[in-house]
Amino acid sequence: MTITTLSELAQQLSSGKQSSVELTQDYLNRIEESKHNAFISIDPEKSITAAKKADERRATGDTAPLLGVPIAQKDIFCIEGTLTTCGSKILENFVAPYTATVVQKMHDAGIVSLGKTNMDEFAMGSSNETSYYGSVSNPWGSQEQPLVPGGSSGGSAAAVAAQLAPAATGTDTGGSIRQPAAFCGLTGLKPSYGRCSRYGMIAFASSLDQAGPMTHTAEDAALLLNTMVGFDSRDSTSLELPAEDFTHNIDNSLEGLRIGLPKEFFSDGLDSEIAELIENAVRTYETLGATIKEVSLPNTHLALPSYYVIAPAEASSNLSRFDGVRYGYRAEEYSDLVDMYTKTRTEGFGEEVKRRIMIGAYALSSGYYDAYYSKAQKLRRLISDDFTRVFENCDVLMGPTTPTTAFAQGSRTDDPVSMYLNDIYTIPVNLAGLPAISIQAGLTQQNLPIGLHIISPYLQEAKLLNVAHKFQQVTDWHQKTPTISAEKGDK
Amino acid sequence: MALDKQTVHDIARLARLHIDDAETEKYQSALSNILSLVEQMETCDTTDIEPMTHPFDATLRLRADEVTETNNRDKYQTVAPDTQDGLYLVPKVID
Repeated sequence: MTITTLSELAQQLSSGKQSSVELTQDYLNRIEESKHNAFISIDPEKSITAAKKADERRATGDTAPLLGVPIAQKDIFCIEGTLTTCGSKILENFVAPYTATVVQKMHDAGIVSLGKTNMDEFAMGSSNETSYYGSVSNPWGSQEQPLVPGGSSGGSAAAVAAQLAPAATGTDTGGSIRQPAAFCGLTGLKPSYGRCSRYGMIAFASSLDQAGPMTHTAEDAALLLNTMVGFDSRDSTSLELPAEDFTHNIDNSLEGLRIGLPKEFFSDGLDSEIAELIENAVRTYETLGATIKEVSLPNTHLALPSYYVIAPAEASSNLSRFDGVRYGYRAEEYSDLVDMYTKTRTEGFGEEVKRRIMIGAYALSSGYYDAYYSKAQKLRRLISDDFTRVFENCDVLMGPTTPTTAFAQGSRTDDPVSMYLNDIYTIPVNLAGLPAISIQAGLTQQNLPIGLHIISPYLQEAKLLNVAHKFQQVTDWHQKTPTISAEKGDK
Repeated sequence: MALDKQTVHDIARLARLHIDDAETEKYQSALSNILSLVEQMETCDTTDIEPMTHPFDATLRLRADEVTETNNRDKYQTVAPDTQDGLYLVPKVID
């Protein structure tokens, strides 16, 4: 099995070798035959209608770069007339009455949506195991040893790795694009906070949430990002920036690139095999003309504690809208209004979501605000200042995306804190609002992918994609695919 | 930090959640573990540090005071559990 990239598909479509309808039908067949549980819902009729429209646009001379290319959408994005569950029972019957700006932009660019991918409930999780719709099989695992795909964008990652879609959207609040990309051998980009509109993207932690592409290559990520970004008056934190083509400088030389290796990203808890593979990747960058130096982000150890105040606090506030009044699930029997709220939420939310809502409610409750939320926001500034300081002498930072490779299903569900440790390298980036990318940078002896995490200063996605692309030009890790048994969905 | 059972129930009530007696210990232990992680924040002195409310310290945008949204009430109410005459129905609050 070889990977199929968006740029290859775009070429096939523009040369007339294949129509969007044929291509879309091909992927829909694969989805129906697969057993990864990567999708929560598909709507073949709607996808084919969109593909037909793309073919018609092409017939009239439209040459939009991704016209007619099908991709999968994380089920956190509202799409009008489409079931949008966010991985939760509480939205089991929610057919969105409007479309997320990011998805609308992709549709306007002629991209066809293949279906809605599985995810941790309300994006709270790192293994896709908190989904009400069941866990997802990592295509790199086996029947004997089922592995998690990572999370929360686990369905998107599994779909792309199993070639059920050539690319997918994800969202990243604490690592939810980059960690599953690392676990499934993909390229996953979290853009700067404010790049992609959050309108129509079901909110988890509003000051951290950001949408981004999950693809096989950096080039594909650039192509997809081109269609996702842009100012949106409906998102109060959307940035007004000049238009940018993220593919434009992707092939620039890396001669003189200054790479910083934060020593905190290589400390205790990092799997030694991953450490070695990351060192190899860094050496590849040296051969491309980069200079390497060790740097320090001294407040890194405070990122996880502050994140687990800020994210749950914002979540408890955001999720108060699920009350059984305006949309979604409502409990069948109740005695009064408060009882209806309580039963609806108790029956509608899963355990991890309840834990986080409760932590958030506690941290925001009277008398605790300063000790928790305000304190966490002060630490957030220190963490952000660390990055500002190291970027005075570095162009990008590198390290591992995750401390371990994909782990066995069910192995960490009993201990929330051990699950949270998955995101120790990715969370500081969200707190600081920076862009970062994970690219596949090697395989362990157990044939499992590992991710190289690259972080840049604010709004330098083009630089990140350039740095990732050059690596993929001289290595073939991104082309590695899981074994055939996974391809057949034999899991 | 260890939360007692009553605190777990109090937090649940604030969040409009109900925790069964059978589940209380499980939540008590999980939430206490998370709070122990969170308490590592205290190891750092943050006197005189300005809280960071957003990834960039931009002020929120202002716009002209014009009507921009159209009325989509009927459309939005199609996904509501219970409505009548354009109103959302809930259990009786006042006798």
